[in-house]
Amino acid sequence: MSKHHLGEFEEIVMLTVAILYDEAYGVAIIDEMEKRLDRKVSIGSLQTVLRRLEKKGYLTSEFGEATNVRGGKRKRFFKLTNHGKNMLESTKDQRLALWNAIPKIAFE
Amino acid sequence: MKEPKSTSGPPQWAVRFLEWFCHYDYLEDIQGDLYERFERQLEEQGTRRARRSFAWDVITLFRPSLMKPIRFFHPIIPSLMFKNNLKIAWRGLFKNRSYSLINIGGLALAMLVPILIGLWIHDELNNNRQFPNSDRLAFVMQNQTMNGQISTWWSEAWQLEPALEKDHGDLFENVITITGSSNQLLRYNDKKVTKNGRFMGAEVTEMLSLNFLQGTRSALEDQNSVVLSASAAEALFGTEDPMGKSIILGNDLAVTINGVYEDLPENSTFGDLEFIGPWKLNFQHQNLEERAGWGNSWFNTLVQIAENTTMEQVSAQIKDVKYNSIDPEFAAISKPQLWLHPMERWHLYSQFENGASVGGRIEYVRMFGIIGIFVLLLGCINFMNLSTARSEKRAREVGIRKTLGSLRAQLVSQFFSESVLIASIAFVLAFILAVVLLPPFNEVAGKKLGIPWSNPWFWMLGIGFTLLTGIIAGSYPALYLSGFRPVKVLKGTFRLGRFSALPRKILVVIQFTVSVVLIIGTIFIFRQIEFAKDRPIGYNRDNLVRVPIKNRDIITHWEALRTDLLNTSKVENMVGTDSPVTSTGVTNGGFTWDGMDPGLSNDFTSLRVTYDFGDMVDWEIIEGRDFSRDFATDSSAIILNEAAVEYMGLENPVGTIMERGDMRHEIVGVVKNLITQSPYDPVRQTLFMHHETWLNQINIKLKPDSRAHEALSQIETIFKKYDPVNAFEYHFADEEYARKFQNEERIGELATFFALLAVIISCLGLFGLASYVAEQRTKEIGIRKVLGATVTNLWQLLSKDFIFLVLIACILAVPLAWLLMNNWLEDFSYRTDLSWWVFAVVGLLAMILALLTVSFQALRAAFMNPVNSIKSE
Repeated sequence: MSKHHLGEFEEIVMLTVAILYDEAYGVAIIDEMEKRLDRKVSIGSLQTVLRRLEKKGYLTSEFGEATNVRGGKRKRFFKLTNHGKNMLESTKDQRLALWNAIPKIAFE
Repeated sequence: MKEPKSTSGPPQWAVRFLEWFCHYDYLEDIQGDLYERFERQLEEQGTRRARRSFAWDVITLFRPSLMKPIRFFHPIIPSLMFKNNLKIAWRGLFKNRSYSLINIGGLALAMLVPILIGLWIHDELNNNRQFPNSDRLAFVMQNQTMNGQISTWWSEAWQLEPALEKDHGDLFENVITITGSSNQLLRYNDKKVTKNGRFMGAEVTEMLSLNFLQGTRSALEDQNSVVLSASAAEALFGTEDPMGKSIILGNDLAVTINGVYEDLPENSTFGDLEFIGPWKLNFQHQNLEERAGWGNSWFNTLVQIAENTTMEQVSAQIKDVKYNSIDPEFAAISKPQLWLHPMERWHLYSQFENGASVGGRIEYVRMFGIIGIFVLLLGCINFMNLSTARSEKRAREVGIRKTLGSLRAQLVSQFFSESVLIASIAFVLAFILAVVLLPPFNEVAGKKLGIPWSNPWFWMLGIGFTLLTGIIAGSYPALYLSGFRPVKVLKGTFRLGRFSALPRKILVVIQFTVSVVLIIGTIFIFRQIEFAKDRPIGYNRDNLVRVPIKNRDIITHWEALRTDLLNTSKVENMVGTDSPVTSTGVTNGGFTWDGMDPGLSNDFTSLRVTYDFGDMVDWEIIEGRDFSRDFATDSSAIILNEAAVEYMGLENPVGTIMERGDMRHEIVGVVKNLITQSPYDPVRQTLFMHHETWLNQINIKLKPDSRAHEALSQIETIFKKYDPVNAFEYHFADEEYARKFQNEERIGELATFFALLAVIISCLGLFGLASYVAEQRTKEIGIRKVLGATVTNLWQLLSKDFIFLVLIACILAVPLAWLLMNNWLEDFSYRTDLSWWVFAVVGLLAMILALLTVSFQALRAAFMNPVNSIKSE
């Protein structure tokens, strides 16, 4: 396993892409994140992270069909790669392991 | 979906801004996202909010990771465009053959000079720097003050080494005494070779980091050992293994080869060190313990300073070591002060005046460096001049190209490709020339330079320099011409400003100023050499042969040898001296005489001679008489030269007794000054002392009608009788004297070569410019001819501008050259005048040369048939 660890924002973006499955493109991702997490996301920071994750091989993307909305511009749909899925899972396992290691008494 | 109108749609500046910076791959979907959000907000929150948030989104997208890669041009197919540029440039070269030839040839010559000079300077600066310890090695020097004059000596007494080690051992890693280098005979069985070497302290192997191919660095610790350089070992032993072999060094030193070291780098003080004998052996063999005191500075003291000190610190600490060690009475007379002369400065800073360094070869290094830069500058000026002159003709080309859709950037890159192409061809040519000319150049410079093929710096410099030249030379056409408005140029209303030729004129003036200064400088270098050569030398050195005495047996058989020689009927006479007549280095001092100024701590150059010396060298006695066998007292007599009489302040020198210790010397005569040292320096006060045994040289005068070759072979046979061991060695006095000029002659020849190139380059440039002007004014000349102008009129018209420029150059060059040469000549106390006529003649020559160059073009234009030049429009 590489030394790389997902940043918090990176993780959320990847999870959101996974949630949206077939419909994960820029605006949809922002909407989903704002809806579920109640936080403001700027298009600039999202796009930067998407390209970075794509470069690292956690995401792939392809253009959709051209439509009449959106000024005739195509959407770019993002998808998790296997590598990305593994990364997410190992992140989750690490978190769980940490949770499990907390002695009960700590939260009382 | 209808196009969003500018008032209700997203803000146009933001859209355009995004298109400008955003990476092509990301642009489409990001734009789509932005529009989608915009449309939604438009419905939910109204135009103003939507537009504002659109703009905000664009600004948040302005991040490095989303930007286009930075590029200045992005032509559609860059390599194709570049090829096209090169092709056009190449065709341009062939279209204007003479122009290209002048341009490339001039530039190549101009590049050749800095290549050669650069190699020369590199070699000079690297002298004595190739040893790992170079920066920590030094000679201990001494400054002696006598009668207010400080003289600097390289040599020291052997006692200095133990004294330094005792008092200041912690300042040094190593201190050793070394002898001067001398040729010695090496004998192995029957094989003999003469090799150059020194006796040195055993630590020298570490100090010079000798690379032992056989043996180790402790090789010299055994007193009866010797180490050879690889080439010397090969000369003596061939393929045989030299290790452990016994050889005879010199006359009778039996030593064992204990090591073979890799030859030392040529351009260093120790470059000719072919063998090293242990100092201890020399010390014992020469019986120095008894023979040499503190007063005999016969050796050099080489030190390696400790890691944590500097040369200056050590110099300051050891200053008084000698002063405190010697007899206080002598100390008071000579006041010796010690200091360190770092190895890296031996070669370039070897002259001292009044105890201070006054340079040395470094001045030539600077001089040639400046010449190199100037010659290069001349070439670049030509190149720029011709390019700009021609580029005015190309204004139309620029117009057409622009009309056909050329971008400015494309024109710029085209002009640059052309000039870089020319510069590159010139560099390749210059390089080939340098390779071809290097052997003769080495001959003249007395060096062994090679092209540093494997040195990346050399290539980087060469290529970087070519690019720079190309870019500077191409900058005017590239940046200025490409900015023309095509309409103006094509309509013909385009005019260059009245002063557009001014920079060109200034450049021509600079060129000729530099050339004239160089020529004047070269002429004065040669005049100085000739002047010193013509100096009356005071004796006759024709047919005079010097044979060094290598075996003391010769002195005991003196008369027998002399008789044998005279019997050959090829020899007129034979006398002995202690130093070669053409280079007397021995000094003697501490004399007293009647009427001596008590404050004078005297010291004389001295030459010990046998009877007949005066007769042989044909000196001129102006008072008294020569040494003579008729006077028994002459065995301790002295003859003075004029300089000595003046130095001693004697009114009636003949008969005066000079005393030293328990010796009394009577002055029997005075001779005219003899130049036995540097021909550039005033003659020193000299004593000719009669002595029968203290001799190191035999001087033989051949009969004028005898053939030198035959005579020498007979002499050699006779010498073999008395010294069967050593190789017979001889030197002609006139050749030895001529060698004193070698250094200056070399510099003079190099300077001539460079000055010639500078002149050729300048004339080439002028030729090119003149042809350009003539061509530009073809129509004007045609019309003038039709209207009745004569060829002379036209010739004047075309030439006078240039001649005027050259005249200005001469006026500038004369004071400049005067200053420079005055400065150079100041180093010589016996020097030629700066005769004004040299300046005048060179100025005139420059004018004539320029006139000839220009006239060729001017006359060609003037003789042209006007019909041809004006019939076509």
